[in-house]
Amino acid sequence: MDVETLSRVQFALTISFHYIYPPLSIGLGLVMVLFEGIYLKTGNKLFETMTRFYTKIFALIFGIGVATGIVMEFEFGTNWAVYSKYVGDIFGSALAAEGIFAFALESGFLGILLFGWNRVSKGVHFFATVMVTLGSMFSAIWIVVANSWQQTPAGYHIVGEGLDARAEITDFWAMVFNPSSVDRILHVWVGAFIAGAFLVLSISAYYIIKKRYVEFAVKSFKPAFWVFAVSSMLQLFIGHRSADIVAVYQPAKLAAMEGHFDTLAKADMYVVGYVDKKNETTSGIKIPGGLSFLVHQDFDAPVKGLKSFKPEDRPNSPNTVFQTYHLMITIGMFFIALSLYAGYLLWKGTLFDKKWMMYVFLWGVLLPQLANQAGWFAAETGRQPWVVYGLLRTSDALSKAVTANQVMFSLIMFTVVYILLFSLFVFLLNRKIQHGPFYKAGDDDKDEEHSPLHKAMADEFGK
Amino acid sequence: MATFLGIDYPTLWFLVIGAVFTGYAILDGFDLGAGALHLFFNKEQSRRIALNAIGPIWDGNEVWLVIGGGALFAGFPKVYASVFSAFYVPFMLFLCMLIFRAVSIEFRSKEPMLWWRRMWDISYSVSSTIIAFLLGVVLGNILLGIPIDAEGNFTGTLLYFLNPYSVMVGITTVALFMMHGAIYLVMKTENRLYAKLTVLVKNTTIFFAICILLLSFYTLLYVPHLRHTIEANPWMFVIPVLMVLSIANITRQITKRKYRYAFISSAVAIGLLLIIVAVELYPNMVLSTADPSYHLTVYNASASEKSLGIMLTFAAIGVPIVLTYTTFVFWTFKGKVKLEEGSY
Repeated sequence: MDVETLSRVQFALTISFHYIYPPLSIGLGLVMVLFEGIYLKTGNKLFETMTRFYTKIFALIFGIGVATGIVMEFEFGTNWAVYSKYVGDIFGSALAAEGIFAFALESGFLGILLFGWNRVSKGVHFFATVMVTLGSMFSAIWIVVANSWQQTPAGYHIVGEGLDARAEITDFWAMVFNPSSVDRILHVWVGAFIAGAFLVLSISAYYIIKKRYVEFAVKSFKPAFWVFAVSSMLQLFIGHRSADIVAVYQPAKLAAMEGHFDTLAKADMYVVGYVDKKNETTSGIKIPGGLSFLVHQDFDAPVKGLKSFKPEDRPNSPNTVFQTYHLMITIGMFFIALSLYAGYLLWKGTLFDKKWMMYVFLWGVLLPQLANQAGWFAAETGRQPWVVYGLLRTSDALSKAVTANQVMFSLIMFTVVYILLFSLFVFLLNRKIQHGPFYKAGDDDKDEEHSPLHKAMADEFGK
Repeated sequence: MATFLGIDYPTLWFLVIGAVFTGYAILDGFDLGAGALHLFFNKEQSRRIALNAIGPIWDGNEVWLVIGGGALFAGFPKVYASVFSAFYVPFMLFLCMLIFRAVSIEFRSKEPMLWWRRMWDISYSVSSTIIAFLLGVVLGNILLGIPIDAEGNFTGTLLYFLNPYSVMVGITTVALFMMHGAIYLVMKTENRLYAKLTVLVKNTTIFFAICILLLSFYTLLYVPHLRHTIEANPWMFVIPVLMVLSIANITRQITKRKYRYAFISSAVAIGLLLIIVAVELYPNMVLSTADPSYHLTVYNASASEKSLGIMLTFAAIGVPIVLTYTTFVFWTFKGKVKLEEGSY
């Protein structure tokens, strides 16, 4: 494989893996703020237990998020040197702002969130929880701003030509509030709320199914459920606005999302389908004129099709864009249905007796992950062949000094390390869930009385 | 060209980046050093105390690396692009080690089995050592200069980065961080572990003193361009003199058992070392061994003045805030380590 393919695969691997964690941090952070807030307000010890329990899970998620996030920051320079030079003025300033305003806030207060229970007052601890959550949300702002600028560049001018060409800021706020950034930030936030809330729903459902810590599980289910339900509804509107912006600023991406080739024909919207790039056709179950209606509120209005773009300016794989986009939409619709039905059962008071619903919530935890990944794949593969839309091609953005063998080496390294990391994550997450919310570190000693470690400790303290 | 206090923006941003990386070296330096020393502690209890001494703060320390990386990307995109792609293999190893280290700290305490904890102990210690070493190696190469062409693209071989001088800087960095980490740990521990650490502080200080001495001779004898800068600016001799004094002060404070002052002294020593590096380089940032006209300087590699101006504003607002709550967090966890619920 060539350097470009390898570098793209490596970037996709490292960013996809990274993106499992930040949304969980944001969403779980929000739910923890709710739990701790309720605890402070009502003094109900159960909510303190919840906060403490989910803090431990948060720590695990956050740790992997940081470790895999630093990889991203370095990878722009190592693999995409030309890109880095081109966007440094803009992307770099967003990244620097992220570091100083957001990431520092998160990491600084994380210590207090995790270890400060006995060292600071309840109010200060709650403040730290809020700061960590806000920090992770601010982080998302800057990263999405940087990415949105690549989708819909604004507030810049191009200096130099050929290899020396680079974008320079002319208007910072126009860069930050480029056409797509606000809607995409909201879209990412709400997607993160769903992911984090669903983790709590899933763990609670597991306890309810196993009839363990039932009171704890039911009590923690409810706040998380409201976060999930409200977010799912909101996502419909926010997602729609994002699509509108794509229609205006990235017509080739929109065309690929719906596999729309001919401009003249009215544009259909597919429920499921397959895009045949070679024959330039799309087949599947469709709503005739649906895309026209979505974009122009008119079933017969023309929408620019893929054929109106030169082949080299079309997304390399329209079918990938189409499938990932539809997967995201399908999951989003399912969430709305789920939150309506489960909300109804909750109101009737029978939700927790319906075992099959608890299984839906238990395994449903994978769906927000899938939807988040799919959404980003649609956004990023739909932007191709550009790395900065309309300005810089992905194939021109590589590091000239790096060879295919080097990238192969690092790709294999990351694959192995990430498989290991993910297995450990699942293993430890499962252990924490099995231990349950009332498990204290001191309990270890009871389990350990016969372990080699206990003997080692006894040797030390026995004397 | 826009200036602030008579200093132009690219130079100012060079100073900001220098300050951030110095902050990183001083802060992450002690937890990397503590990691490098980890296997010297034999008992489970000692290892837990050593780990929890850095537990609540190592993450905040690593933030400075993230900020530094972002600041370099933003302020000097050409340097960022050139250096990061030139050192592809060492940076990938570095990232891999950062992951292992973070994971070791997080995962070690999650299971009680002896083999589990031993495994993460080794992984934590080895990764901390390699990270310190690679940081030094990259610094060594930056001092020495690297083969880059007119476009800033690296033209050297795969293992170029492992040249003797850079390896020497790498080892010195490990020694420096070990000393710095030992002094930090001695402030945080009691009883037998404390006694053991006082010995370690002495030994690592000697180790560092030997390394820095050898490195200085090596530099003066075999790296002419670095020597010339010093010869041309005789006032620079003040810096090594101050450094010798601060190292001497470390030993003095240790004999007096004033570890906080010893720690400040070793932080000062790190700062002085990086000041030497900055003075040696400025106004260059990357020296090309191929042709001096290919050097990347603060002027030909910087972002636009507008962008630098925006970021200087960020720094002016952000850094005081970050420093305030970092101080608050350090203050919250001051004093000797006590193992409690939720500890690593």
